[in-house]
Amino acid sequence: MSFGGWLLWGFVATVVLTTVMAGSQGLRLTRMNIPYMLGSMFTPSRDRAKAIGFGLHLMFGWLFALIYVAAFHAWGAATWWLGAAIGAVHALFVLTAGMRIMPGLHPRMASEEQGPTVMRQLEPPGFLALHYGVQTPLFAGLAHLFYGALLGAFYPLPG
Amino acid sequence: MNEIHDYAIIGDCRSAALVSREGAIDWLCWPRFDSPALLSALLGEGAGRWSLRPARSFRAERAYIEDTNVLETRFFTDGGTLALTDLMPVAAEAEKRRMLMPDHEILRMLGCERGEVDAEMRLEVRPNYGRDRPTIRRAGELGVRIETPEGLLTLRSDLDCEVRDDGVVTARGRLREGERRYISLSFAAQWQAIIPPLGDRARQAIQRSIAWWRQWASKLEYQGPMKASVVRSALALKLMIYAPSGAIVAAPTSSLPERVGGDLNWDYRFCWLRDASFTVRALFGLGCYEEAEAFLSWLLHSTRLTQPRLRVLYDVYGRQPRSERELSHLGGYRGSRPVRIGNAAADQLQLDVYGDVIDAAVQFVRRGGAFDRDTQRMLCAFGEYVCEHWRQADEGIWEPRSGRAEHTHSRVLCWTALDRLLELHQNGCLRRAPAARFAAARDAIKNEVETRAFNASRQCFVATLDGDRLDANLLLLPWYGFADAASANMKSTYAAIRDELGAGGHLLYRYRESESPEEGAFGICSFWGAEYLAMGGGTAEEAARALEELCGYNNDVGLFAEEIEPSSGAALGNFPQAFTHVGLISAALTLARRLGHQARAPAQPAAGEQPAAGG
Repeated sequence: MSFGGWLLWGFVATVVLTTVMAGSQGLRLTRMNIPYMLGSMFTPSRDRAKAIGFGLHLMFGWLFALIYVAAFHAWGAATWWLGAAIGAVHALFVLTAGMRIMPGLHPRMASEEQGPTVMRQLEPPGFLALHYGVQTPLFAGLAHLFYGALLGAFYPLPG
Repeated sequence: MNEIHDYAIIGDCRSAALVSREGAIDWLCWPRFDSPALLSALLGEGAGRWSLRPARSFRAERAYIEDTNVLETRFFTDGGTLALTDLMPVAAEAEKRRMLMPDHEILRMLGCERGEVDAEMRLEVRPNYGRDRPTIRRAGELGVRIETPEGLLTLRSDLDCEVRDDGVVTARGRLREGERRYISLSFAAQWQAIIPPLGDRARQAIQRSIAWWRQWASKLEYQGPMKASVVRSALALKLMIYAPSGAIVAAPTSSLPERVGGDLNWDYRFCWLRDASFTVRALFGLGCYEEAEAFLSWLLHSTRLTQPRLRVLYDVYGRQPRSERELSHLGGYRGSRPVRIGNAAADQLQLDVYGDVIDAAVQFVRRGGAFDRDTQRMLCAFGEYVCEHWRQADEGIWEPRSGRAEHTHSRVLCWTALDRLLELHQNGCLRRAPAARFAAARDAIKNEVETRAFNASRQCFVATLDGDRLDANLLLLPWYGFADAASANMKSTYAAIRDELGAGGHLLYRYRESESPEEGAFGICSFWGAEYLAMGGGTAEEAARALEELCGYNNDVGLFAEEIEPSSGAALGNFPQAFTHVGLISAALTLARRLGHQARAPAQPAAGEQPAAGG
């Protein structure tokens, strides 16, 4: 395994994913802000949540890149389309299973069944994160496709 | 349809809503003052309204909770009394760090104080000034979700809501004595929404907001005549400050007419530089140092992209507003069409803005502030621009769309700009200023105004060079230090203005009524008259009488529009109007100083701390 390649391209891919999501949020195509969602697990302060969440998101980006790298090694090939294919599966998992379990994991997230409480007020994502806008799955999917394609295209497979 | 003065304002220093005496919110723009309206029944039936009131006939009384912008409307019915509390919750930054809060929220609390009352609610959201229909769906315990192009609205209510096929959300419920119901409408534009619970959280939000406003009001240093009116004006002004940038919008509404049924309908949800000097002096005079310095900082930052040319108006972030457009689908307030959004005055030339911006900057220095080198260079560049352009004709302060003229007021403000820059230079705050050039231009302007703007046959100053018309803005010559209020020339000018522009009592039109028939008396011009008296144009008693009379033209909750219909006292124009409230505050401060109530003088540099303002 190329440790340097994983670190570098895992970082670049995460930055691109974050940029696509932040850009679509800035253009009001979605209200999903992953760093805020992660950071608000630890603090109600919006500014602090964004900062903490950004750090966590970067770390998760690197960790997930390890799975991609493992897949490349298992297949003995790393191409942009192979990376994009893993990205598609990754996005599907995040948008379906990941988002559905968020209200159970997140201490500040409300649920449709119980409604908001003094502690739990953050809007839950719903199926495919559609609560954050109907275009959310599209841009979350695109961001993950870019993430995987970058890793696949640039991760240097030894040998 | 309601009169303009039948409305009260609630807000969160980022956006505002107008609430009618009948408990209807007829104007709401989120997330900013100048965002497309979500509720705009004010400008056309069917364009969005949120009403909450007794189901049967009632009589209503209302007032702000003392020293707050939290509105209480009491409905008296045959069966009992219902109190409606309306607010946009606010909190200190430290509190916001400790809890989740929606980006924007309107919280409405119904409380039955006597007997039994059936209440009904009807919410019809029509985004984009009534052009769009939102997607509405019930989301279980999360409330009713209303998707708009601007963002997500979430309605949560203690009353049982029904979502009708036509996109209207209704609710009804019976309240018995001592019972309360909460209704919350929150908004999320860019983030995952924060969905506020009701009950205790809502009660605490109201208490927190009341405490926040009272704490802010307690910092006001004003001790003088008409204190209640001054405090209400300060609270209204605070509502119109866009907290993230420090900018102050002229009014939170668009197209409320200056002439009912006419076409003088403009969008005022922007920041006019011409208001700068008055606003900064008023804020400093009240002791609102943070707001004054934030506004000044916005003023100097917002103009960066166009310097040394200053535009007439900017949006709350210092950008050019979108070009002016007419909304033909809206019928307008009482048929006053067209309804406009955006403001074409942005492209006009108004040379007076240089004097206003520089005078505002000087107020900061007079209170001990200092400028960095970039800001000094910028101020010098403004001075150079004035030296090169002061001879030009311009549109002037009233922004007529009929062309340019050589306005006396604009010339005097060019003089003010150079005079203040020379003051800064002499105080060592503007070391590299081309003082000789500034002084020569300043003296030339003064000479021209004294010879060409003073009409010898009328024995008074006139609105344009070599002209014979009057304009109420001539009352400002002493305010800027150009002329002595007690001088014979100013006294004769004041007498001529009262005679020709008087609208009854101390009300003044801004110019001759025949030039703009059916337009009301201009609020700030009338206060300029009172302030002129307080500055030495009359006795203190005369000034106090004028101020007291003018304060009486406010509505039942202490708010002023841009204009006042002289015969009925009705409000005309956009509402509430920051400039009118600034005029009231300024006149009161001047009178208070004259009466010795107010120790704070505007002109003396403060010793000690030297806060720095970047440009």
